Amino acid sequence: MKRIKEAFEKKPDGLLSIFVTAGFPNLNDTVEILKELEANGVEMVELGIPFSDPMADGPVIQEASGVAIENGMTLKLLFEQLKDIRKEVSIPILLMGYLNPVMQYGYEEFCKSCQEVGIDGVILPDLPLYEYKKEYKELFESHGLANTFLITPETAPERIKELDSLTNGFLYLVSSSSTTGKKSGIDGTIDYLSRVKDMNLTSPSLIGFNIKDSESYKIACKYSNGAIIGTAFIKAIMNSNNFKITVKDFVSSIR
Amino acid sequence: MDYNVDENGYYGKFGGAYIPEMLYPNVEELRENYLKISQEPEFKKEFDDLLRNYVGRPSPLYLAKRLSAKYGAKIYLKREDLNHTGAHKINNTIGQILLANRLGKKRIIAETGAGQHGVATATVCALMGLECIIYMGAVDIERQQPNVKRMQLLGATVVAAESGSKTLKDATNEAIRDWINNPADTYYIIGSVVGPHPYPDMVARFQSVISEEMKWQLEEHEGRDYPDRIIACVGGGSNAAGCFYHYLDNDKVELIAAEPAGLGLETGKTAATTAKGKPGVLHAAKTLLMQTEDGQVVEPYSLSAGLDYPGIGPMHAHLFDSGRGSFKYVTDEEALTACFELSKLEGIIPALETAHALAVLNQLDLKKDEVVVINLSGRGDKDLETLIKYI
Ligand SMILES: Cc1ncc(COP(=O)(O)O)c(C=O)c1O
Repeated sequence: MKRIKEAFEKKPDGLLSIFVTAGFPNLNDTVEILKELEANGVEMVELGIPFSDPMADGPVIQEASGVAIENGMTLKLLFEQLKDIRKEVSIPILLMGYLNPVMQYGYEEFCKSCQEVGIDGVILPDLPLYEYKKEYKELFESHGLANTFLITPETAPERIKELDSLTNGFLYLVSSSSTTGKKSGIDGTIDYLSRVKDMNLTSPSLIGFNIKDSESYKIACKYSNGAIIGTAFIKAIMNSNNFKITVKDFVSSIR
Repeated sequence: MDYNVDENGYYGKFGGAYIPEMLYPNVEELRENYLKISQEPEFKKEFDDLLRNYVGRPSPLYLAKRLSAKYGAKIYLKREDLNHTGAHKINNTIGQILLANRLGKKRIIAETGAGQHGVATATVCALMGLECIIYMGAVDIERQQPNVKRMQLLGATVVAAESGSKTLKDATNEAIRDWINNPADTYYIIGSVVGPHPYPDMVARFQSVISEEMKWQLEEHEGRDYPDRIIACVGGGSNAAGCFYHYLDNDKVELIAAEPAGLGLETGKTAATTAKGKPGVLHAAKTLLMQTEDGQVVEPYSLSAGLDYPGIGPMHAHLFDSGRGSFKYVTDEEALTACFELSKLEGIIPALETAHALAVLNQLDLKKDEVVVINLSGRGDKDLETLIKYI
């Protein structure tokens, strides 16, 4: 939780967060990718927990998720791989994924493992708000886990305010009503983004979904504290045999 | 014990709405409106009128004499196969299309397994003049060709789901993705008692016409409005929900659900969720789910495309969990045998899904005067290509 807060304090404008599926492209690539992202100035990382039925994702992340499962990635293995991550990486790391793998791992066990390896927050889009408030808010918080909520163009203002007051991480502004990596850009949703910006919310926010290049990154930074890039990054590393070069090239193509 | 949905959308510990924020406004709109709209007198009148004059309801409750003689009980068949489009699925799509109309939606999407729900959806879309897109697993498109052609003839666009196991679960994923991408103008007609609340309850209510009719039909035939047992096959569980609905609280009635064992429970080629599943979340509902230890959904298998699903509706998960329902498992082979048997004994070719319910007769210790109702959920025309391989 603390690392997320500090990241926003240090970089309130133009924070770049990268989403990458754990165990992709190869089973043991995740730690190296994390190190390269930090080395190239990326301020935050979201590690995707692979799931067989990623209903909110477009083809690219679906594919990455499938490859990771095929590779043998599991939550248990991921926590093992991340055992010493805090000796090498200091930017905030969040776990993002569908509820079912977390549920099978066990919520308490999951929170414990997150705390042990130094995970800072979670994004669980299909965890309902009522259930979070009733059953998991305290558990997450007592393990230092920030919970991040999604907001879309259709989210009503009162609900945005409620989510703003409930998050102890940041608000994830989904750029448009779509699955990940679906639409061509984000310029069609400026009205919504400026409407949210004008609400002067208390939590920091990042814009994600369909941010893919320096142009869309710049627009995102105008309306929030920064951007989350997933699909475009996955595409970039898909065929990479040298993450040092690929990650460097990717980040410098964005900013 | 309460077997119906509670005010929070749960059946015991199953159900709920595990949806990402992108779907929240849509599902919320539905949750706020489905009861209000479907209980309006105008709505009910239109629904009843279409069921009677378009679908051909009430469906007969037929005493199957030769089948009864063979199994030594009074076996009635609830003839949902005689409905327009050949299965129970249309009861639900009529209800939901009327709801979509009232919500002002112009574009209809649906998932389909065997193609029966796809056909039933394409049919009501033609009836209402609405655009219709059907997601269907690529594997199912292969094994249910006649239904693909029927949907196209009815003006629907059939989109192949190429992800995962390329069957019903993947078609459902694709339909949900479509809905996420088109939240404002699109209505998603789910085909079974699955998905986020309020879908399971809504679909169960539209299908409950089956047991509503059974009550007065049994009264006529038997002088009492309930049978001793009801048998239905369960894919997601909508035809079972429909024929159980008005008997959920009547302990005198045994509710028997037939699940597809595929090649056998221990072969790894099965879709018998209650035998092989654990609580989990799929398609936005907490329910029993076939999955790995790590929470990845296991690809189901059944010869019958309409039962080839790794979960079951939350209502049935609760019926299983509470012991109210009896769950039986039927292999492909047993289903095929039952299918041929009914064809020869009664002149009725049932759908392969339905044949799973019929096959349960072999597993019961029946008494002579017992009254059994089997929900004949659909007819077998769509399965001819599969069936002729086994003649
Ligand atoms: C004839 C028939 N019966 C049963 C089913 C299974 O669906 P449910 O379990 O929702 O009744 C199907 C699905 O396609 C079907 O076509």
